[in-house]
Amino acid sequence: MVKIEVKNLNVWYEKHLAVKDLNLSVHHNEILGVIGPSNSGKTSFLKTLNRMNELYPGTKTEGEVLLDGEDIFTRIDKHLLRKRVGVVFALPLPLPLSIFDNVAYGPRLHGAKKVDEIVEKALKAAAIWEEVKDRLNENAFKLSGGQQQRLCIARTLAVEPEVILYDEPCSGLDPISTLKIEEAMQELKRNYTQILVTNNVKQAARASDRTAFFLMGELIEIGETKQIFTVPHDKRTEDYITGRFG
Amino acid sequence: MMDARQKEKIASLILLLITLIIVTPVVLIFILILVRGLPALTLEFLLAMPRDGMRAGGIFPAIVGTCYLTLGTALFAIPLGILAAIYLNEYAQRNWLTRVIELAIINLAGVPSIVYGLFGLGLFVTFLQFGASILAGSLTLAIMTLPVIITATREALSAVPRSFREVSFSLGASRWQTVRHVVLPNAIPGIITGAILGLSRAAGETAPILFTVAAFYLPRLPRSVYDQAMTLPYHIYVLSTQVPNVSVKVQYGTVLVLVGMVFIMNILASWLRAKLRKRKTW
Repeated sequence: MVKIEVKNLNVWYEKHLAVKDLNLSVHHNEILGVIGPSNSGKTSFLKTLNRMNELYPGTKTEGEVLLDGEDIFTRIDKHLLRKRVGVVFALPLPLPLSIFDNVAYGPRLHGAKKVDEIVEKALKAAAIWEEVKDRLNENAFKLSGGQQQRLCIARTLAVEPEVILYDEPCSGLDPISTLKIEEAMQELKRNYTQILVTNNVKQAARASDRTAFFLMGELIEIGETKQIFTVPHDKRTEDYITGRFG
Repeated sequence: MMDARQKEKIASLILLLITLIIVTPVVLIFILILVRGLPALTLEFLLAMPRDGMRAGGIFPAIVGTCYLTLGTALFAIPLGILAAIYLNEYAQRNWLTRVIELAIINLAGVPSIVYGLFGLGLFVTFLQFGASILAGSLTLAIMTLPVIITATREALSAVPRSFREVSFSLGASRWQTVRHVVLPNAIPGIITGAILGLSRAAGETAPILFTVAAFYLPRLPRSVYDQAMTLPYHIYVLSTQVPNVSVKVQYGTVLVLVGMVFIMNILASWLRAKLRKRKTW
């Protein structure tokens, strides 16, 4: 089942064409890994999916992105889109609020009533509940980096999205924190479609079901993770995953 | 030849001396005002009406007038200034119109205060027919204070990390929700400090109120915003130039009260900033 379908997508920053004529689809409840060197367009692709790229002046998009068959540029309000397609940023970015209020921020925006339950559920789903349940009123900046990032995942989950985008979510984290986040992602597969942009090729190999390889704004190859990492069709994919460039 | 350490010593000594020279006049003025003004400072001086052609009695109406004016200025300038700053910093596109507005604000901050006074006379007193009144004076002072408040607020807003906004947007918040719940709460300390400093400057201004509100002498306190008022800065001017044979004590006492009020406002601003900064966690 297709959750997101991207058709002939081009993304410009000023005059720089960051994503070139992209066609791909994301399946329901899969983890799609997106790998590629820097400037390959993978983050631009990700930011287009919930229209966060529009926050930067000079951005232009062309083509279609269908979420459950509806075009996100014309048929869906961007605020509603961002509620349906959540994002976890590269760095843990808690808001300067308490742990509880960080998670409650989104639901409150959208007028949720039983915030306590939502917060607890989200923290449990992000596998951080046990570590924070007795200190919910403490400032979120007191948590460790890995805890902050799981808190951010919980915050994203709390608005009940359908898709979660991860923009190199473990780039600043130690291996154990990274492992915890990858475990949480596997748990989340039951209910969410997830896209994981990562600079860490091994992480894509471990965590994703399918993998897409981007280079210079183009999609070079997409396929089952096992296939990509064992018998890639394209020479450039092979060079990248074996570490010949990056 | 001197070695680097000796040079360093001499350099810091010179810099210290220059700094002291700069501070000296301020300290001297303060001491002078304190020494000559303190004897005048009695409860009667603060709370009674003037007597003997303002040569004796108190300066109560001038204190009240300055308080009213400062309050009126705050009422107009703070909300307008904050809203304009929010628009410029959070909403406005980077285009020629925005640049023109920004340029205008910068220039507005450099306009001499007497020009504000004449502008207030023309617009509020005459054209809008408020007459010389607390309303006209407050509006004039507010326009003068606006650039200060807008600039301070914009700086405070800009100091809130961009990433906080992105997080808020990413959760589906609208721009206003983001401003209201993420940007403003974190910018409040800077905004309050800037606003108080702007107001403390307005409180001591003479030229803008000269034609718009200030009264030479009033036998009673103002009863509405359409009344004229006595004010401290204008009262000082009157005592020192317009009324013969005013005792030095009364003159300096009045100056001391005005400087004290402004000083208290500035201290309050610094204190608030320090206190609120401690709460900042990022």
